Amino acid sequence: MMDAIYWPSFFFFLFSGLACAFGIAVLLSSNIVRMAFYLVLSLGATAGLMFLAGAEFVGAMQLLIYVGGTLVLLIFGVMLTSQERFVVMKTWAGDWVKAFLAGGALLFILAYAAFSIPEWRGIERAEAEALVAQPSVTPIAMGLLGARTDDPSRSGYLLPFEIVSVHLLVVLIGAAYLARAKRSRSSIEKI
Amino acid sequence: MAPFLSQYIWTWLAYTIAGVVHVALIINLVAVGALIFIWLERKISGRIQDRLGPTRVGGKFGWLQTLADGIKLLTKEDLTPAGADHFLFKIAPYVSFCASIAAFIAIPFAGGYYPWIAQHLNVGVFFVLAVLGLEVFGVILAGYSSASKWSLFGAMREAAQVVSYEVPLGMCVVVPVLIAGSLDLVVIGDSQAGWFTNWLIFHDPFTFIIFWVYCTCATASVNRAPFDLAEAESELVAGFHTEYSGLRWSFFFMAEYGSMFSVSILASILFLGGWHGPIPVTEFLGLSPENGPVLGYLGQLIGAVNVIGKGVIAVCVMMWIRWTLPRLRIDQVMATCLKYCTPIAAAMFLGATIWQLQLPGKAFFGLKDVSPAVYAIGDGGSAAKPADTEKIADDQDRIARSTLAAPKLAQKGL
Repeated sequence: MMDAIYWPSFFFFLFSGLACAFGIAVLLSSNIVRMAFYLVLSLGATAGLMFLAGAEFVGAMQLLIYVGGTLVLLIFGVMLTSQERFVVMKTWAGDWVKAFLAGGALLFILAYAAFSIPEWRGIERAEAEALVAQPSVTPIAMGLLGARTDDPSRSGYLLPFEIVSVHLLVVLIGAAYLARAKRSRSSIEKI
Repeated sequence: MAPFLSQYIWTWLAYTIAGVVHVALIINLVAVGALIFIWLERKISGRIQDRLGPTRVGGKFGWLQTLADGIKLLTKEDLTPAGADHFLFKIAPYVSFCASIAAFIAIPFAGGYYPWIAQHLNVGVFFVLAVLGLEVFGVILAGYSSASKWSLFGAMREAAQVVSYEVPLGMCVVVPVLIAGSLDLVVIGDSQAGWFTNWLIFHDPFTFIIFWVYCTCATASVNRAPFDLAEAESELVAGFHTEYSGLRWSFFFMAEYGSMFSVSILASILFLGGWHGPIPVTEFLGLSPENGPVLGYLGQLIGAVNVIGKGVIAVCVMMWIRWTLPRLRIDQVMATCLKYCTPIAAAMFLGATIWQLQLPGKAFFGLKDVSPAVYAIGDGGSAAKPADTEKIADDQDRIARSTLAAPKLAQKGL
């Protein structure tokens, strides 16, 4: 009987269920640090989905960037700016309606797009068991360096990669410029 | 283990047993490791301060002292401050402990074709770094939810410190990855097979320097003295775990010792040859899987002893540093990171890249040739080229090399 269960599907539902449950917990919680905690768990479950799909690089990236990023957001965005000890956020009824409209529309578009692609439909179990996850790191790295391993006749992603890098550098310099202490000479003398 | 077991029993049971065995081994390694490290820390600190350390519990060397402390901690009352956020306060130690243990999932203890590793990831290094970075989350939750100013100060310091030190730490880790040509810890370890001259710390002058930068950053990222500002007892009582008592408090300590051990093992795999000892004894005795399962198992066992031994030595060095150097101020910690570690790591990274381009296939500061078989492991199987033939010429060449490499990598299960 246990052999009848297709375990990858089971774990897919487990991780996706966890991600959705913690996502809803983020919505229903009113304490901002708890929200961040649930968000981290939700993103971690999403990383679990990536690992399940054999995309280990993307999964580790999810952990490092999204989970780590939430952490930084929590510290520098929330804890340093809040005035009270435990920040509690109240949501008005009108905000709920607006949020449901916006979120529902986005969900509808995403689900519609996802189900309209024939390749993404479910496949037979025998077919799925024959699939073996391909190594993902080397093709990604080579692609970013400008050489596609899957299709050598097409160019890689060196230019987008460089544009993103330069953009990130500009953002970093801009952030440092904005965040620097703006003290005039007179105010220092006063101290 | 699971494919082997599934020949005899149901597949689902085989995977469950394999998972349970792996998890039990890892938890035991971390928990028993913490027991021994805490005893070791007390003995080492005692010796350094001209004391004896624990001497009574459990016979001659007081080696049951930690167990006695553990039982004492079990019987303590589990307090939660009245003003605290109860849910987060209770869950924070587990978050730290889980992150610390999860890093061990992707750490190999012996390599070769049948590596001793709970889950063989082809992005092992990256996964370990990502998970180790999560440990700080538990600390921040603890500091925030305790409703105590000492805890909050400790957590903020820790957050600032860990976020800063991830940058140079990542840069240090990239260099062995670059030389071995893979993010897979098993491949990185196996590319250092043979004598200690093949270890990546001796690969070139740049890796030799960057190893010490890695040590500094690793010590800082696991919050050990002289970087233990988060729990500076002379200023902050006990930092982020001021309000904790009993077993929850000891979970933080197990997490700390667990992550110390994992960064040490990471150092040993990345720079110090991993499961390959300084002298290739297993190679002399023919302890490899080709000569039968028993000899292969013995070889792997010696490999695991090597990894854990190097890790323990590195942890001892961390303790030695802790009891030797005074604690840094927060501005000194930041200056060490931003003004010293990051620029040095960046320069060494560039240097190691140029060295690898000019002298590929060399080891021990470029004095020794790496055997083609070993070189081919890390080069993705694209064959060892002599140093003075063509460098990477153009994209066409690279595509040719990489298309060659891909199926061979797939064969190795990477």
